[in-house]
Amino acid sequence: MIAVDGLVKDFGRTRAVAGVSFNVAAGEIMGLLGPNGSGKTTIMRILTGFFPPTEGSVAIDGLDVERHPLAIRERIGYLPENVVLYPDLTVVRFLRFCAEVKGVPAPVRRARLDEVIGACGLTEVAGKLIGKLSKGYRQRVGIAQALVHRPRVLILDEPTVGLDPRQIIEIRTLIKALAGSTTVLLSTHILPEVSMTCGRVIIIDYGRIIAEDTALGLTQRVRGSDETRVRVAGPRADVLAALAAVGGLDELREEPTGDGAVTVVVRSARGDALRCEIAALVIGRGWGLLEMRTLPMSLEDLFVRLVRDDRDAAA
Amino acid sequence: MKRTLALVRKELASYFAGPLVYVVIGAFLCATGLQFYTTLNSYVTIGFGLNILEHFWEEFFVNYIAFYLLIVVPLFTMRLLAEERRLGTIELLYTYPLRDREIMFAKFAACLIVFLLFIAGTLLYPAIVYAIQPFDPRPFVARYLGTLLFLGSCIACGLFISSLTESQVIASSCTFVVLLLFWILTWNEAAVSTSLVTVLSQTSTFDHFHTFATGVIDLKDCLYFLFFIGLFLFLTLRSMESRQWRGRR
Repeated sequence: MIAVDGLVKDFGRTRAVAGVSFNVAAGEIMGLLGPNGSGKTTIMRILTGFFPPTEGSVAIDGLDVERHPLAIRERIGYLPENVVLYPDLTVVRFLRFCAEVKGVPAPVRRARLDEVIGACGLTEVAGKLIGKLSKGYRQRVGIAQALVHRPRVLILDEPTVGLDPRQIIEIRTLIKALAGSTTVLLSTHILPEVSMTCGRVIIIDYGRIIAEDTALGLTQRVRGSDETRVRVAGPRADVLAALAAVGGLDELREEPTGDGAVTVVVRSARGDALRCEIAALVIGRGWGLLEMRTLPMSLEDLFVRLVRDDRDAAA
Repeated sequence: MKRTLALVRKELASYFAGPLVYVVIGAFLCATGLQFYTTLNSYVTIGFGLNILEHFWEEFFVNYIAFYLLIVVPLFTMRLLAEERRLGTIELLYTYPLRDREIMFAKFAACLIVFLLFIAGTLLYPAIVYAIQPFDPRPFVARYLGTLLFLGSCIACGLFISSLTESQVIASSCTFVVLLLFWILTWNEAAVSTSLVTVLSQTSTFDHFHTFATGVIDLKDCLYFLFFIGLFLFLTLRSMESRQWRGRR
């Protein structure tokens, strides 16, 4: 559905995108993961025809973006980053404008507006001015305007940024519900977001792809070592000494707590075997095992890991 | 076409959502109304035997209606593209199925429609005089055609300047300066050589509008204003397209 080939974008002397190629199949949800300034927004803007690439080509639904800009834009729903909308229009008025411009036929327009307003949870604010809405609602209006013409391709730039946890879950559910019928490309810099919504993930850094895999594959690839947090009720010095004596630890650090328990984060390549050993150790000594949890890997960790793997592979 | 109209309707909804239109139309009609009353009064009391109606309307259209429009237009054109860029909504427009020229024409048309309300308000003045003393209304076709063309020129110029910046203050003040410059280009004819005056008077909006104000439609003046509008719309389009090769939005 989306075919990106050898994409390069220069801004003056800065190379924002340096040779990116990928494909997204119809109905797939693809995540674009990278730190701020890595080129995600630039890639998305090229896909939407906002500006042309310096080199390379983009085809959506078999149509070249540069040669058929209008046909492409009819097929795309786009949520820009830091979505800002017309503050002096009401939600309904703005969405009606979007529907008209995007060519939703007049007879079904009313029904489509109701549908999208309902799906994005905007019913109670439909008559309000966009300028008076909270950030979460504005974000949902942004998603509603992208969905209003039932696009075949949805491009979402940081769709959950600035939302509270409950809203994030709602938006994720909404996006997941689109899988199969709509091709979705979404960007984020939050790792769990990708694993929860996306089938496949592309990781970009400095404008180039450093990894492309399924969310599961990525986690497995870096599973080499993971971090476990252990909270133990017991004498601090003894607990630390006992844990430090466990074999196969890459790193052990203590985290400050206020409740007298000892909290330690251990990093190791041993995985579940290590957790079994620690649990047995703590119980065996008669201490209380208050918590044992595998820590979700942060994007920073993943990056460090992937970039290091890259270098190792090159060397 | 449908899409352009949708954008025009959205623009109008934005205009009329805020108080600016109502306040400025009120102020404009107050100011021109006051000038209508005092100027007509002075012509009637100390007319020096001039053809009152002809000279009064000429002065009224040139000095007051056109000049006040020149002051007011930048307040409305400043937001056309500058506001969209500042808010970031221009990114939505550029990624909707709209051509650049459709966006531009919609902006231009919406602004022109708002100003038709201003002009419609001024129809009151000839109507009052006509009720007291009927006259030949045909010169007013020229006067209002001239006003419309002059207005279009001001809006096109303002639209172009609005496309260059994100700041509405810069957009409005620059537009005002440029419009004023075109208006007063020939006001101090004694300061420049005769050959330069000829060139300046061909360039000045004041000189071309003046013909219309006297009640005459001259093809040359029509073409001048149409060229003026066309030039600035062309420049606007180029400025909008610059995002294709510049890094910014």
